[in-house]
Amino acid sequence: MAQKTRKTTAVEKKLIGVADVVINAAERRRDPTLAIPIRSLSNITFNARRGVLEMGKRKQARSFFNVGMAKKFMQTVLVADALCELQRANLTTSLREIYYRTKHTIKNSHENTLDTQDESDPLIEDLEVTLEALREELHVRAENAGSVVGPLVLVDDGDRVDCGRLGKGGYSVPSIVEPEYLQIKKCTADFVLLVEKGTQWNRLSEDKFWRRYNCILLTGNGQPPRGVRRLARRLHEEQELPVYVLVDNDPWGYYIYSVIKQGSINLAFESQRMAIPKAKFIGLSSADPEAYGLPRNVGIKLNDKDTARARELLGYTWFQKKGWQEEIKRMLSSGLKYELDALANKDFQYLTKRYLPRKLKEKDWLD
Amino acid sequence: MPKTETLATQSKPAVSAVEMGARQREISVSEFFTKNRHLLGFDNARKALLTCVKEAVDNALDACEEAGILPDVVVKVEAVANGEAPPPPSQATRFRITITDNGPGIVRQQIPRIFAKLLYGSKFHRLRMSRGQQGIGISAAGMYGQLTTGKPVRIISRTSPRSPAHYFEVQIDTKKNEPHILEKKEIAWELPRGTQVTLEVEGRYQKGRASIDEYIEQTIIANPHVRLTYVTPEGETKEHPRTYAELPRSPREIKPHPYGIELGMLLKMLQDTGGHTLASFLSGDFSRVSPALAEEICKTAKLSPRARPRDVHGQAAENLYKTIQSTKIMAPPTNCLSPIGERAILSGLYQQIKGDFYTAVSRPPGVYRGNPFVIEAGLAYGRGPEQAAESQEKKAIPLAEGEAEPSDNELARVIRFANRVPLLYQQSACVIYKSVLDTTWRNYGVAQSRGAAPAGPMVIFVHMASVWVPFTSESKEAIAEYDEIRKEITLALRECGRRLGVFLRRRERAHSEQRRRNIFDLYIEEVVESCNRLKSGRLATDKLKEQLQRMAMKRTGGERTDELLGRNGGGPHGLPHSIIVTPEGVEGEVPTVSTNGTAPAPAEAVEETPVPEVSPRKGRAARKVRGKPRAKAKPAKPTKPARRAKRRKA
Repeated sequence: MAQKTRKTTAVEKKLIGVADVVINAAERRRDPTLAIPIRSLSNITFNARRGVLEMGKRKQARSFFNVGMAKKFMQTVLVADALCELQRANLTTSLREIYYRTKHTIKNSHENTLDTQDESDPLIEDLEVTLEALREELHVRAENAGSVVGPLVLVDDGDRVDCGRLGKGGYSVPSIVEPEYLQIKKCTADFVLLVEKGTQWNRLSEDKFWRRYNCILLTGNGQPPRGVRRLARRLHEEQELPVYVLVDNDPWGYYIYSVIKQGSINLAFESQRMAIPKAKFIGLSSADPEAYGLPRNVGIKLNDKDTARARELLGYTWFQKKGWQEEIKRMLSSGLKYELDALANKDFQYLTKRYLPRKLKEKDWLD
Repeated sequence: MPKTETLATQSKPAVSAVEMGARQREISVSEFFTKNRHLLGFDNARKALLTCVKEAVDNALDACEEAGILPDVVVKVEAVANGEAPPPPSQATRFRITITDNGPGIVRQQIPRIFAKLLYGSKFHRLRMSRGQQGIGISAAGMYGQLTTGKPVRIISRTSPRSPAHYFEVQIDTKKNEPHILEKKEIAWELPRGTQVTLEVEGRYQKGRASIDEYIEQTIIANPHVRLTYVTPEGETKEHPRTYAELPRSPREIKPHPYGIELGMLLKMLQDTGGHTLASFLSGDFSRVSPALAEEICKTAKLSPRARPRDVHGQAAENLYKTIQSTKIMAPPTNCLSPIGERAILSGLYQQIKGDFYTAVSRPPGVYRGNPFVIEAGLAYGRGPEQAAESQEKKAIPLAEGEAEPSDNELARVIRFANRVPLLYQQSACVIYKSVLDTTWRNYGVAQSRGAAPAGPMVIFVHMASVWVPFTSESKEAIAEYDEIRKEITLALRECGRRLGVFLRRRERAHSEQRRRNIFDLYIEEVVESCNRLKSGRLATDKLKEQLQRMAMKRTGGERTDELLGRNGGGPHGLPHSIIVTPEGVEGEVPTVSTNGTAPAPAEAVEETPVPEVSPRKGRAARKVRGKPRAKAKPAKPTKPARRAKRRKA
């Protein structure tokens, strides 16, 4: 390997640190142990002042000489090795490729190092939190699962991308949008509209909503991937654009909004770089059916899972604002959820021509 | 009375009583069984073929054993066709069965009747343990052959090297149930002594469950003292050498026990007896009735002990019968039984079935309806070290995502025997199978679903030896359910299960320790290599590996665990009459095999002779005594005798 000329990056040093844990422990006849921050609700605090979720200090010990953990420990070291290989070769890869790269049969046995991808994915997250390195820094990318359109000019790998001249298909947001990879050249928009569903984003794009209201349209096709969230955050931060979130009226929609706003429970440590605490919830609100005269028959009955999830949301500290409690309780008491698509009941272009203009005019959003 | 007249003319009976009487006649037993051949096990072509082989082999073994000869039997099954070349065995419908033994031979005068007269034989009228009971089997097989192919039974028999061999061709006259001799002559025969029977029957040859092959295999298990050569229809010769060179103790004939007879039987015996007085009849014709007890019975029944037995009938006989049933009489003697013995069962299972663990249990004698019986159980568990190694090799191919190891839900195989004869049909009707299902195998570490046989690579052997085995039908396929029998079977199975449980737990413990260490050892390799790569190949890998391995060793109990496991983990310590087979070798007392056919030291014969006249209660005590000389007689592993001796002293 021709590494002598290349400087060791900070992330690479962190990954080598995993090997040092083993070597130092063995030297002192100690059980090699990795301290991994716990990634669950119990180790999450909501920083009300900054408006983001923060990871607590609690950690779990993963030690090698414990029959229950030995395999996981071995796998963690293997994944660290694979990630380090990526650093040295300066390549990016997917979670699945990491799984294949690290899978092999252990010497003199019939056992695989990993059996399914479900085993390797959490290990990568473990390393992210343990080494305090973002997934992008580890050179692991997710799929390009988002689109953007609007008065925005980007530079991607030296190519100039004018998001206003890409028709209704828009630009596919890559999973790594750090300034090293993607630069914002020009942006004349007034705000960012993040839409949960690809179908509604298509509607808005087709109707050239962004041209009329001078905004950037973003979608993540469901739970927005990191690239989309990070891009929204950069537009918010660097271009000082307000971000509005348009999701379905159901508990999952609320949670998507909260992930964009405060960060997710699983990867709370990334909140500083991802969360947009000032993001606004523009719709679909549980008050809208009445306000916009949506008939009851376009609603969908809440199922048991929905109800349970909604009650969970009611308990989260970051949903304690009066407006939010009312919003969720109103949905629960009506017993119905509404999809964005239901607006088509009134008119195919109701969303573009009536709903959003009125919302923006009335400044009818939740914070 | 004109009305009656018309009535009489109208309803003139179609058949008069006289005419009916003319049609009524005796049915010969052979005619009856010709029509009802399914009662004797000839219901379909495949089963019929097996039944023919079975009956002939049973007879051969019975004869050899009664004459004190170590049996040497040749079974030959060939496909035949009329004139043309025989079709392949799987397609053939006609077979010639030839069974040759080295038994005592049959005297010339008896040959036709033994082979061509139903219900003719030596075994029905006496209470003695034997394979055959009724004297139907071989002649029924001959009759079946005659019925389906028209061919007679051919017999060659010779009683000693000095006398000539006789050749007979006989058929059965089904109307009269009498033999019909087609041909008889003296011939030259290569065997100095023995009998050969040839039958030609319609049948179907198919391997698998309840096949001739299975019958032969199971016969070998229960009769390791037999040398059996089997020439299959495909022409392959399968030699089963004698693995246990000791003839089973010859069972003695006993008189009926008073508890075992019915009123009608008693009446008949009263008429036929040679005793002059009632008291001498009771003490002379029954077992376990002493002259004093006979007097007491007569007194209680308010009959004179000096009355002539022939004069006791009607109410008096019934009183006598009731009195007998309510009098306390000692259990029948058990020297009429010849159990296989734990060592011989072990030997049979070990030779025929591949496994990791074998055990055998002989119960003390029990009694049902006045008939003594012994239950023996055996168990073989596992797939044998070779197969285990094989499956390990197969697993070495790494699995792809979503691929899982094939799970096997194999159920235990139950092999049933009555007086050393394998029972191959009607498993679920048999008390043995029911007892296996009712035993809670889960207590012994074996999986078992509700109402099913236990799951696992396991063969369960159960043998019932009795002077009269209560079969559910004449074809002798299943043993009837008597509480006494069921209880004994259950107790024997539980003991087998308990030993299996000890073995399984012990092995599991050893494995889990080993696994723990293996896990660390396996992963150390991976961790060290990954670390080395992370360190860009600049790591002292050997040093790190050694440091980690030493820690792994320490954390799994160090070398002491190894030693403990090796010494105390595997041996059959505390498991009597068991064998454990490991890849390193066999632990336990493998029964000795003498290849030249001569019996080894007669230790077994001596110890197996029970104290005469034992009641069940005493029997148990006697068995405990038996256990010790056995250990002495056995050539055990070199390490064993020392410890054993110590135990004996203590």
